Amino acid sequence: MATFEPVLLANVGRDDSHTRAVYESTGGYEALRRTLAEMSPADLTELVKASNLRGRGGAGFPTGVKWTFLPKDHPGPIYMCVNADESEPGTFNNRILMEEDPHQVIEGAILSCYATRATTAYIYLRYEYPGSYARLQAAIDECYAAGYLGKNILGSDFSLDMYLHRGAAAYICGEETGLIESLEGKRAWPRIKPPFPAVEGLFHKPTVINNVETMACVTHIARRGADWFKSIGTPADPNNPRDAGSYGPKLYCLSGHVNKPGCYEAPLGITCRELIDNFGGGVWKNRRAKAAVPGGISMGLLTADELDTPLDFSGPGRVGCLGLGTAAVVVLDETVSIVDFLHNSCRFFAHESCGQCTPCREGTAWSLRMLERMRAGRGRLADLDLLLEIGDSIGIMPGTTICGLADGAAWPIKNAIRKFRDEFEDFIRRTNPHGYDVTEPVPALVQLGGH
Amino acid sequence: MARVIIDSVEIEIGDDERLNGIQAAARAGIDIPRYCWHPGLSVVASCRMCLVETGTRNVETGDVVMLPKLVPACQTPARDGTVFITQSDKVQHSRAMVEEDLLIDHPIDCPICDKAGECYLQDYYFKYGHGGRRADVRPFTSRRRDVGPTVTLFTDRCVMCTRCVRFTREISGTSELMVRDRGAHEEIDIFSGFPLENKLAGNVVDICPVGALGDKDFLYQQRVWFMKRHEAVCTGCSTGCSIYVEENQDRVYRLKPRENEHVNQWWMCDEGRYGYHYVHSPKRVVGAQRRVETSEENGDNVPAYENVEWQPILDDLQARLAKAGRLAAVFSPHLTVEEAYLLAKLVHGVDAEATLAIGPVPVVGEDESYPNGFTIRAEKCPNHRGLQLVLSHFTDRVLAFDQFLEELPNIDVGATWVTGGYPQPWIDEASASRFDEVPLLIMQDIFASPLWERASYRLPGVAFAARPGSYVNHRDRLQTADWAIRPPAGARVEGSVYWQMLGMSGLYRPQRVLDEIAATVPAFAMAAGPLPSVGVDLRLNQFAEAATAAASETGDHC
Repeated sequence: MATFEPVLLANVGRDDSHTRAVYESTGGYEALRRTLAEMSPADLTELVKASNLRGRGGAGFPTGVKWTFLPKDHPGPIYMCVNADESEPGTFNNRILMEEDPHQVIEGAILSCYATRATTAYIYLRYEYPGSYARLQAAIDECYAAGYLGKNILGSDFSLDMYLHRGAAAYICGEETGLIESLEGKRAWPRIKPPFPAVEGLFHKPTVINNVETMACVTHIARRGADWFKSIGTPADPNNPRDAGSYGPKLYCLSGHVNKPGCYEAPLGITCRELIDNFGGGVWKNRRAKAAVPGGISMGLLTADELDTPLDFSGPGRVGCLGLGTAAVVVLDETVSIVDFLHNSCRFFAHESCGQCTPCREGTAWSLRMLERMRAGRGRLADLDLLLEIGDSIGIMPGTTICGLADGAAWPIKNAIRKFRDEFEDFIRRTNPHGYDVTEPVPALVQLGGH
Repeated sequence: MARVIIDSVEIEIGDDERLNGIQAAARAGIDIPRYCWHPGLSVVASCRMCLVETGTRNVETGDVVMLPKLVPACQTPARDGTVFITQSDKVQHSRAMVEEDLLIDHPIDCPICDKAGECYLQDYYFKYGHGGRRADVRPFTSRRRDVGPTVTLFTDRCVMCTRCVRFTREISGTSELMVRDRGAHEEIDIFSGFPLENKLAGNVVDICPVGALGDKDFLYQQRVWFMKRHEAVCTGCSTGCSIYVEENQDRVYRLKPRENEHVNQWWMCDEGRYGYHYVHSPKRVVGAQRRVETSEENGDNVPAYENVEWQPILDDLQARLAKAGRLAAVFSPHLTVEEAYLLAKLVHGVDAEATLAIGPVPVVGEDESYPNGFTIRAEKCPNHRGLQLVLSHFTDRVLAFDQFLEELPNIDVGATWVTGGYPQPWIDEASASRFDEVPLLIMQDIFASPLWERASYRLPGVAFAARPGSYVNHRDRLQTADWAIRPPAGARVEGSVYWQMLGMSGLYRPQRVLDEIAATVPAFAMAAGPLPSVGVDLRLNQFAEAATAAASETGDHC
């Protein structure tokens, strides 16, 4: 820990850190200048591949490998989409980058376009970030003025146009093919795959989609090299051939019941407890943590006993969570009702389900209604099994949906009920003493407002 | 040749065929349930009803490796070695869950729903659903809203398969329908002020797997299980869409398109779909009549008609026809090939020099083509092409109607046989007056007209739904229609009149006539034998014949 020096947040906190002048004064765009002069696109791709950089958007797919999926010798155009539709509850690291150090992101995006031979880049920004919009747009304008964007960048034969596109605020637009549909001006219904975006994406052309923080990491890999990047983080588990290792610095968003919530940079593999204690100043009000969300609510829940789980790409999965996700840790203290937590989570996913696939559209809405009934004092023990059945049957993993939104909706249900079943049962017994064990179908309720 | 295994049934599919799991399973006789997939529309794989297990068989070792998760059969291509499992517990559980999900908000108002009886949701629930209802939500009510002049939407019955939305985007190209809102609240809707108003709009009702989209013309008219469907051909234009006529007790309730990849694929236009009402018009003429010779003595020239039974009137007609002298006949393009052949044969048998003319061919506007190639033809009759082919067998000189009207005064005909059968008025007073000098005018029609008033014999005919026989569309495809309803009392199928007057025994059998045509008229050689329901392309034979003719350098009248 002591030797770790933040790089992604290095400029954050300086005056006018969002301007080109300040960014360049700390070495900004030198990596771009050097790369365009000295490296071929294939070299840069190899460099990123060698760094083992894994996407920071949530799934953790190796970025360099993703780039190599693009068809070779494609006549073009190839598109680059920077996914700035940061909507996972609890997550705000992209926002810090875009507002405080947008040039770091843009330099990474230009480098990534160079590596993938993309000639047009779109930054898909969620509507709720007006500050990011202003800063990013100003930064893009500065880059055009300085010759970092446009025709023949820095005298090379590489040209790139970058556009900032604001979405209309929907969680599903952060799913990569939903983002593409939205960018094309359509309803953001994720596409069926294959074809994958690398083969046929935006406007039916090969497309790369990367997260904002991934772009910032590319900047630092180009600046400091792959070895530096691999010196940080957790190496691959030799016993698990599918583990590609978790390298590099990571921005952790810490929120919830801690003394000092915020966005902190740490090497991948820091444990949840270290994050809470060392950065967050511990759980607030001298209470104890009851549970924590490891990486946005779609990843599930860690119990208090599981807080020593390392927050790298494979750590949360070992204790039954979906994965690292966006590394947004939300701490719940001992006063929080897990029933309320799950209700909130179900409300979010029922609201954000795009409505394309039947199991997700109906499953998320149904689970919300059950939790509403439960909280209204009419829960039954049988509901828990039904909720688990819904949780186990929706999602891309059992194969019942097109995209992963349903997995994200299912994991909090599965984790909360399996890890806190006693609490659910106590709640139901206490609030519905006369009907908790009835198993006949519940008489139909007038719909409770949930939208 | 790719080998695909579906539930241990192994089938072979051709190298040039691209089938998905649903289509491959259908070849093996296995039905995979689905809502959103339709062969004529793009694949969205969103209803998740067609989920199956799939895997690959190693060609060399024969080992099968299955995927751990379920996949939508509609989106999974059937390749060499592909294995589909459609009946496992995992698949059945997934189907039951989808059925349960779809019924959470569904009003389950089958007793008042037109779709009941042919509803995918009903059928699949009985087949794949698990009995009880576990959802704790009172289903929505049957909210209904208009989406266009012919189509109405029962919002809560919808299962969001988006077939209709894709239809308006991909087939009609008009994009009126869209999905509104998100998640479980989403609904099909139109943009305010832009109703579903295109000439293919009725098809969205056909492709709706549930009762969400209702046809206003058919709404609450008939339970589907009371109706019988008959294979037929639409007579609205010279495209000649393959259709079903659905009737109950001799009343037509609706027309539905019948799949025919050579003509209309899965679609038909609204002009054809809603154009059948004239069949049951109270203005139809019925009852055979003979004109009574009026005496000139009192100067009273008002024609008078007496009702005569069909048998005596035809005997009488036959006798008068035999001594009438020169004959002429006007063939309506609504007659079938068989009828045209029989009438031509009848007239030719009496007078080998008889003048044969084709009745008015209605042309309205211009051909209208849609993005997928579906075309509504301007020529609003089904058998113009068929008449040309049949009549040119009997004479080198087939007259158009205008020509015929011009030449009529010069022919000195003894009798003229005119057939009508048009849904709309087809002859005006001025044209009809050209027939004033015709001593013996035989009329077959379904509505009164200026010419009907001048007829010596009035023989009421039938409309398309009662008429069996074949039509040749503008691309020389011959298709055969069944009769769906019986003619109204007092009317007779035109063909049966000719059949009887030609002395043929028994009931009118168009198939026997068509066999005779195929044997004697070279252009119809392809029509021999039992025909497939999609019809045959007569040109196949003509190409061969043209090649032969070119080779032998001999001119032939065909």
